[in-house]
Amino acid sequence: MATTWEPREQRSGGLAGALRHMRVVAEQYNIWSWIATVDHKKIGVMYGVTAFIFFLIGGLEALLIRLQLAVPNGAALGLDGDQYNRIMTMHGTTMVFMVVMPMSAAFFNLMVPLMIGARDVAFPRLNAFSYWVFLGGSIFMNVSFFTGDIFAGELGAPDSGWFSYAPLSSRSEGHGVDFWLLGLQILGVASLASGFNFIVTILNMRAPGMTLFKMPLFIWMTLVTSFLIIFAMPVIAVALFELMFDRLFDANFFNPDKGGAPLLWQHMFWLFGHPEVYILILPAMGIVSEVLPTFSRKPLFGYPFVVFSGIAIGFMSWGVWVHHMYTTGLGTVANSAFGISTILIGVPTGVKVFNWMATLWGGSISLKAPLMFAIGFLTMFTIGGLSGVTHSMVPSDFQQQDTYYVVAHFHYVLFGGSIFALFSGIYYWFPKFTGKLLNDTVGQVHFWLMFLGFNLTFFPMHMSGLLGMPRRIYTYSDNQGWDVWNMMSTTGAFLIAISMLVFIANFIISLRRGEKSGNDPWDGRTLEWSIPSPPPHYNFKEIPQVHALDEFWHQKYQEDAEGVPIPVVAGASADEEDEHDGHGIHMPSPSYFPLIAALAFPIIATGMIYDYALVGVGAVILFFGIYGWAIEPATEGEEGHS
Amino acid sequence: MSATAAAGHSLETSTGLDNRKLLMWLFLGSECLFFGSLIAAYLLYRDKSVSGPFPSDTTTADGVFHPGLFDIPFTSVSAFVLLMSSVSMVLALAAIQRGNVRGMRIWLFTTAMLGLLFISGQAFEFTEFNHEGLSLSSNLFGTTFFVLTGFHGAHVTIGVLILLSLFVWSLQGKIGQAQSLNIELAGLYWHFVDIVWIVIFTVIYLIQPELKL
Amino acid sequence: MTLAQYGKGAPAGDEHHDAGHQDKHPGALEYAQIGVILAIITAIEVAIYYLGLSQTVLVLFLLGFSAIKFSMVVLWFMHLKFDNRLFSSMFVLGFVLAIAIFTIALSTVGGKLV
Repeated sequence: MATTWEPREQRSGGLAGALRHMRVVAEQYNIWSWIATVDHKKIGVMYGVTAFIFFLIGGLEALLIRLQLAVPNGAALGLDGDQYNRIMTMHGTTMVFMVVMPMSAAFFNLMVPLMIGARDVAFPRLNAFSYWVFLGGSIFMNVSFFTGDIFAGELGAPDSGWFSYAPLSSRSEGHGVDFWLLGLQILGVASLASGFNFIVTILNMRAPGMTLFKMPLFIWMTLVTSFLIIFAMPVIAVALFELMFDRLFDANFFNPDKGGAPLLWQHMFWLFGHPEVYILILPAMGIVSEVLPTFSRKPLFGYPFVVFSGIAIGFMSWGVWVHHMYTTGLGTVANSAFGISTILIGVPTGVKVFNWMATLWGGSISLKAPLMFAIGFLTMFTIGGLSGVTHSMVPSDFQQQDTYYVVAHFHYVLFGGSIFALFSGIYYWFPKFTGKLLNDTVGQVHFWLMFLGFNLTFFPMHMSGLLGMPRRIYTYSDNQGWDVWNMMSTTGAFLIAISMLVFIANFIISLRRGEKSGNDPWDGRTLEWSIPSPPPHYNFKEIPQVHALDEFWHQKYQEDAEGVPIPVVAGASADEEDEHDGHGIHMPSPSYFPLIAALAFPIIATGMIYDYALVGVGAVILFFGIYGWAIEPATEGEEGHS
Repeated sequence: MSATAAAGHSLETSTGLDNRKLLMWLFLGSECLFFGSLIAAYLLYRDKSVSGPFPSDTTTADGVFHPGLFDIPFTSVSAFVLLMSSVSMVLALAAIQRGNVRGMRIWLFTTAMLGLLFISGQAFEFTEFNHEGLSLSSNLFGTTFFVLTGFHGAHVTIGVLILLSLFVWSLQGKIGQAQSLNIELAGLYWHFVDIVWIVIFTVIYLIQPELKL
Repeated sequence: MTLAQYGKGAPAGDEHHDAGHQDKHPGALEYAQIGVILAIITAIEVAIYYLGLSQTVLVLFLLGFSAIKFSMVVLWFMHLKFDNRLFSSMFVLGFVLAIAIFTIALSTVGGKLV
């Protein structure tokens, strides 16, 4: 359904006129509706598609890693150490910052307004800005691959690991690390903007009657995650500036020759990094907390406990970072203190796991694909959590640190946890935004292939790690006893790849010929299922009045004496839908200023590396973008900022 | 019932608070982490510089006396200027909240000028220090001092730009009593930049460690 | 308690006050008075810097005075004293978090404040 917006007020000619003409042209080709969109649903789709593409890129990098390590002495692929370091660094950086975070952002964008009964987020243009900045930063960082003499096998990508410890990073030759730190700085801006936006949205734009404790759990997790983002990103921003000043301007933050401490980097990075891993997992926990109740036809067990555990995890995540640094010689007092805090943070996580299990227990289980992935999350994340507990103990961590045991741990929580949950979300909410269902049988095939492949890839790493295989090595000799485990991992990795092909096929075919889903294919509990699939651009014709947690469920069902749901006689919504076509609902106007402002960042970053004149150009573009944004009304007939 | 999306005005939000004001306070909260990191780096490296120049009078292990770079009287005046700019800022807000556009303009302009005066003082101070051999690369003091005060100065500069923009828009008649929130938001940012300087002035300039080198 | 009630309880629907404000605003005079106090405190800080007090005493005084100036600007100029407590929470959360983690971090690596 084409949507026309009211014409923007006329500005003077010249540059503004040229831009207007470009817009008219773009409109004819329907590009305009995407590049100038401020609609959270479109932005969410863009985030999701982009994140998925980077998932494939990061996955390719993983396959290269696994090929290289399949057999001893690098005989399979023959990468040299330098090439391996760059691929490994980009694999980690991509997966964390260009896949899991933006995929979570995709869900925030798609679902938050719908679940709280709002028409959009608090700052729609800021929302668009977040996406374009993310895209720019991601492309910028990946361009680095091509800045070396690629035909001679020199990759220009960063090479000091996704965590880039000083002094390796501060002294790394070439521009790879510069691309890394500038690219990450740009991505940080995107995340920050997003974090602010969703906190204000959740606090300020809930439907009438939706108190905080009537919000869906996914919204709570989004809120906690967003707070973590806005407080953690400034710390990495400072760390990245410090690294940049050391590299570009000979500053001494990490320079031992002038008395600097390379260890400062680790503190700064992990002060950010530990809250960051909770930023990576909390949205996934939120998704699963929606899927499990729906497919058990029971409310989430212990909702207040799950909420408070999420908040507790948010607070406690600030007090554990040194557990990444036990072996750096900080001493017994520091190690013990952080050992205790790390053990403690397992408690609220465990509380959540028990509540999820209790949600399933006694429920009317429907083993559809979303639930399969959610159960996959539950089991695999628990395994990862358990290996995490072994890390929390200082003596055992001394054995595990920098071995493949750690690689196993974080892939169990990040892949087994976050990725499985994100796929659960994709299968669950795909019908809402497309009006079609993903084929469930194919989904089951995808699940089992991925589940098998995942475990085959990462479980053996516990073994090779305990047998002493260090991380980040590009090859190993054949007398270490690691061969069979590595071969298993490589085989598993390719199984995962096949499962991805299955998923992509399912996605494309279902988009065209999938079974129609209707508004509420899963008999859902939350507000998004009360509106058409796909939703109209204004989301809700009338903002709902909320009376309870799982408001939509209570609109559909009452409970009899034994607590069995009885459908309420269908009354209002569905019948009256066709009468009201959404006229008179004013939505925020599209704008190209977020894109313009966002373009400035990669330009400035490139300038920092190659030619400071570009920094000036970028700054001018940024000023133009921000001023235009500030002056332009948010909706027609309104003056103001944002 | 049709509702304007993202109207954000206080009477229509779940908390009764304006979207933009909430955003600004969140932003300031996160800025505490930003400046906290920079101040922590300075404190970590204080009195760890292997060579000079130094902030206060120091005799290094080789017996060489290094006069301290800090000119406390000068910086005090600078700190005073920034404090007074906060006064003028809040007077600008008080004016526009009462509908006094002309008064707001005067105090807004004053604030921007005081901010520029502060920046000039910083520039002068930095140049003096640089002449004495202090730079980003000279030693830990140079690195941490210039990065911390440099970022603060950048924040002040952005603040001045915002204030001058508001001043120009007010000349175009775009800032009336109904738009006083814009002044309030600019004020919040400006006061924050001021309180960061209160911390920096005290912790970096006034509290000098006893140096035994 | 809802978030809207989290503040000082000013009734919604006040003409040009949102739920964030109480009725009593400081006026220009009060702001100017605070400005004078801030200037005086700054002068005192500089004066005691030259007094040659012991390090501990000096630090206590300076930190104390700067805390007073900080609070006065935040509470009056930034209006937090009169506004909805949600604003204070946001700011205090960030502020306390920063102090906490950097105090811990500095003590872990042996950095010093004084």
